[in-house]
Amino acid sequence: MTLWEVDIHPAPGEWDRAGDRVVSEAAELGIASLPRVAAAHGYLLQVDGERSEVEEAAGTLLADAIVERVVVGRVGDPVLRAPVGTGARMRGGAARHGTDERGTPDSDRPFARMVHVLPKPGVMDPVALTAREALAEIGLAVDAVRTFRKYWLSDLPPGDLERLVAKVLANDSIEQVVHGPLAFDRLELGAPYSFALVRVPLRSLDDEGLLRLSREGQLYLSLAEMTAIQAHYRGLDRDPTDIELETIAQTWSEHCSHKTLAGRIAYRDELGERRFENMLRETIFEATAEIRRTLADRDWCVSVFKDNAGVVRFDDAYNVVFKVETHNHPSAIEPYGGANTGLGGVIRDPLGTGLGARPICGTDVFCFAPPDTPHDALPPGVLHPRRVMNGVVAGVRDYGNRMGIPTVNGAVCFDRRYLGNPIVYCGNVGILPRDKSFKEPRAGDWIVAIGGRTGRDGIHGATFSSAELTSESETVSGGAVQIGNAITEKMVLDVLLAARDADLFHAVTDCGAGGFSSAVGEMGETIGAEVWLERAPLKYEGLSYTEIWISEAQERMIVSVPPDRWDAFHALCASEGVEATILGRFVPTGRLKLTYAGHDVGDLEMAFLHGGRPPVVRDARYDPPPVRPMEFTPDSLADHGETLRRILGSLNVASKEWVIRQYDHEVQGGSVVKPLVGAQDDGPSDAAVVRPRHDSPRGIALSCGINPRFGDLDPYAMAASAIDEAVRNCVAVGADPERIAILDNFCWGHTDRPETLGSLVRAAIACRDLAIALGTPFISGKDSLNNEFTYESDGRKVTIAIPPTLLISALGIVPDVRRCVTMDAKKAGNRIFLVGATHEALGGSHFALVRDLRDGRVPTVDGPLARRVFATVHAAQRAGTIRACHDLSEGGLAVAAAEMAFAGDLGIDLEIPDALDGPSDMPDRRAIHAAWLFAESNSRFLCEVEPDRVEAFRSLVGSIPCRELGSVRSERRFTVRAKGGERLIDEPIEGLKECWQAPLRW
Amino acid sequence: MAAPRVLILRAPGTNCDRETAHAFAVAGGQPESMHVRALVERPEWLRTFQILCIPGGFSYGDDLAAGRVLAVKFRRRLREFLAEFREAGKLILGICNGFQVLIKADLLLAPDARGPLATLTWNASGRYLDRWVRVRVESTTCVFLAGIDRMELPIAHAEGRFVPRDAAVLEGLRAEGRLALRYDSESSRSHVNEDVLPFPDNPNGSIANVAGICDATGRVFGLMPHPERHLDPTHHPRWTREPRGDEGDGMAVFRNAVRYFA
Repeated sequence: MTLWEVDIHPAPGEWDRAGDRVVSEAAELGIASLPRVAAAHGYLLQVDGERSEVEEAAGTLLADAIVERVVVGRVGDPVLRAPVGTGARMRGGAARHGTDERGTPDSDRPFARMVHVLPKPGVMDPVALTAREALAEIGLAVDAVRTFRKYWLSDLPPGDLERLVAKVLANDSIEQVVHGPLAFDRLELGAPYSFALVRVPLRSLDDEGLLRLSREGQLYLSLAEMTAIQAHYRGLDRDPTDIELETIAQTWSEHCSHKTLAGRIAYRDELGERRFENMLRETIFEATAEIRRTLADRDWCVSVFKDNAGVVRFDDAYNVVFKVETHNHPSAIEPYGGANTGLGGVIRDPLGTGLGARPICGTDVFCFAPPDTPHDALPPGVLHPRRVMNGVVAGVRDYGNRMGIPTVNGAVCFDRRYLGNPIVYCGNVGILPRDKSFKEPRAGDWIVAIGGRTGRDGIHGATFSSAELTSESETVSGGAVQIGNAITEKMVLDVLLAARDADLFHAVTDCGAGGFSSAVGEMGETIGAEVWLERAPLKYEGLSYTEIWISEAQERMIVSVPPDRWDAFHALCASEGVEATILGRFVPTGRLKLTYAGHDVGDLEMAFLHGGRPPVVRDARYDPPPVRPMEFTPDSLADHGETLRRILGSLNVASKEWVIRQYDHEVQGGSVVKPLVGAQDDGPSDAAVVRPRHDSPRGIALSCGINPRFGDLDPYAMAASAIDEAVRNCVAVGADPERIAILDNFCWGHTDRPETLGSLVRAAIACRDLAIALGTPFISGKDSLNNEFTYESDGRKVTIAIPPTLLISALGIVPDVRRCVTMDAKKAGNRIFLVGATHEALGGSHFALVRDLRDGRVPTVDGPLARRVFATVHAAQRAGTIRACHDLSEGGLAVAAAEMAFAGDLGIDLEIPDALDGPSDMPDRRAIHAAWLFAESNSRFLCEVEPDRVEAFRSLVGSIPCRELGSVRSERRFTVRAKGGERLIDEPIEGLKECWQAPLRW
Repeated sequence: MAAPRVLILRAPGTNCDRETAHAFAVAGGQPESMHVRALVERPEWLRTFQILCIPGGFSYGDDLAAGRVLAVKFRRRLREFLAEFREAGKLILGICNGFQVLIKADLLLAPDARGPLATLTWNASGRYLDRWVRVRVESTTCVFLAGIDRMELPIAHAEGRFVPRDAAVLEGLRAEGRLALRYDSESSRSHVNEDVLPFPDNPNGSIANVAGICDATGRVFGLMPHPERHLDPTHHPRWTREPRGDEGDGMAVFRNAVRYFA
């Protein structure tokens, strides 16, 4: 067996993309002596073969004959030590654009170092898996494959080299770095496992011992919970096995049971005290229940807060399902893998809902620290936000695009408090035949695992190995950080839906957190199950029975297959190369029985597992800060044009085209309203619309609302505003406001602090109130608590807590997509109307952000008025009276109107009134103008109406607040006058568009 | 003649098969999806079809390079059957990933003694890109493009830059009219641009703005843009602001293929 190394270089004349990327990232890092860099990538092939065979295979399969050059050698061979020649330094295609020429290195400098970067053993390496299979196809039976990247660098001071390696070349949570030539002689993984049953002596422990076990065993259970387990096992007169304890810990975890928010809470705010037995049930679930009661026989909810995703009616034949998850901690450590597996996980939710929904589109919302954060301001152990953002976007791109699921909606929020703890929300919508919307595993069904193999991935406590490739068999890495393999999941999707349509199974669920443990435990909750752990297909040898049970390896689903369909199910999977394995059987015992190669290793009562957890009881407190009027500085009111330019250029508002265009947002052929719209295809759409069925004009709109800045002033207002924003975005493009369903995703800090939990409860109360007021049911949700980052600085403990961040995602039904409306101004001469009421709501606004002002009144929502506004706008759209419609959000009226203008490549001319709607304590006219221009009052739209439709539009609007503010014009300027003629804003639209596009044009 | 049977060939990672089948069905063909594993087991099934289409996606993850693994499978397992299919006067269409497969399987360009004549590789931007482009037809022989002058279609790929081996290869293909589809600019008038257009008109830096090529018979065609994503007027990014016809531009490609057997 020989270990061959295949190096693949850019051919002379071709652009060395990877090398140039290192150079420009080194420049961003501020490395003084910029390196000259050449890059290659390659494969290590462990194979019983001759050089000529390897060269032949490399030429056929691994490299491109025209744009690449291959060098093959035995590992350590001197021929592998140099790049293919300086020709590769020359840039390729003449049409290369956007090149950053900073720091182009002196091409005469010699290379002083060679650095290899390899995935750590056990880390998912999809390219290596594909290479191994494809090499077998061409007749080269390779024993093992590993990929690597390789860099040649000019000499650098040792400190700079270290920073370059750590911050640009590799991520040591998943990759290992080898300086100089590789020196392995074998690629090997795993060692045989020898069975030994582990019991945990729990009954004899005192409180301190229980807590230590919880902590050191990484069970993360409270003393009350540990005591309950102890009492249970004392009653059984035995100690638990390790696998039993792990199963209980997984099932009772915050992630799986939402015990804090679904627990008892004593809440106190300025209105007094309120006690919740189950906070979520009494706020968010209750809102949905009340809406459904009110709708009675018009109820369109199908399955809410039950299955892996919420399910609502789409049309006579189909339902739609929707779920949004977070993947914050993994994304902080390894942004690419974290986002990758976050998306992979949430795609399995619709797929595991009912009997399997077909995913039709995705939404991804991220919160990062500003990308211009100075490198020397980073706390230890924190990745730079620019690197986090690049990695997260690439992770979503590579997974979503490969799955063939269009990513059509999203948002990116920036705040320095996300520095140690970025937030990554991934959501997915699926379509499900109505008669496949419910699942029921039956006693006697096989428990079948399909998809990826099981490894040590995602097992808590697994440590990362930086050992050499030859000697790490006992310490294969995995841990919390994983890389996904989208194609495995796509193959699972394909066979699962085919099996669904052929009625080959009774139930399906995904393996997410907790792996087989959660999936089988949940599915068999009301029946009972026995599982034969030695049957699970493994990635490599050496996993213990407990590791198999709790592994969170990706791309796996559990299916409940009746014995008489097993042959057909198995044959279908085999026909598309998907592994399907019987792991056990559902049995009517009410017990979960686990065996390994004939040994009993666990035996749990389902009733204790799912009902034995003592309730969590917490205090929550909210003390509203006093509302103080905003103190304007003279500067802040002096130049509204300058304010507008600054808001357009602020990161939250600025164009996200760089992100959007890396996502396939049109695959599946149902795109109706794209994320970018307008004359140049680059204006910011309020929501996306897709048509899930090729044979029907019915569509769905997908949108979101998020504004953590309001939460700093009042979490109730933040939640209400987020709901209003999500719904109005959906309405703006044409969704029926009486057919919008929403999801909540709470990301908060440590909720064991009463004030932190208090702010969350206050937001949840707002969710209930607004959902009922708008008639918009919550259908699913998820929370992620403890989003804080702690480090030491000068011997002091410093904690950065994220701002309370509530994402509301909305899914609306569009009755006929041909009536959809986009936000770009359409034609000179058309009139511009503002629908909705404008208050002095500048608190938490982007006006306050760019003018560095505090306090002020945060926007609130008048629920009944909002509902009337949404109904009216929708009616006017259906009547065909609205040519363009844009919601007012960050930056208020001025930003919305400017966006409409530059998206339509037209001018807009407005005149604003002298008084706000409702009472105001604004100090003077300039301040009232600022509020008109920039207040972020909710429930407002700008509507463009053709002159001959104005009468029809007005008659539909009726009594809701609506003002004609001006018109579209052909001169490409955006102007706003005060009543009486005073010019407040007069800007060319090219300039405004450039302010908006420049910040994130990466 | 009865509606032609269209084989929509799937592989692990294929993801545009359903909308492509829909396009052929609307055009009057009889599409049928089949996994490449099934076809490799029974390659004679190919004989029962008139049109073979390799749709877009990421076959085998595009892990080794876009389309290469499926292309190698074609060369190793299906070579004679594909040659027979082509020689029988039938049609082969590769869209996006399918184009990458066809070019790397030597079905569009026969390699010479020095190896392959051209490839599709990384976009000049180094990134995956989804955006709409204008394309112009420059072929009198390509069956799929008959009667089409220009189209607006989306591209969505990372590896779509057409690179010929050298200037002689390019000139030869041009002379034979095989550089059938070119990226175009809004302002261009009567002739095809041979110089590489700036971004975004040429979205990936393709030499001679090549967006699609055909074989010498005009019956085998590969293109990077997605005609199956512009079937309905509402697919177009500016349908809410510009008057559009009853049908998207891409429909003509599928109608041409079906009509060929009429």
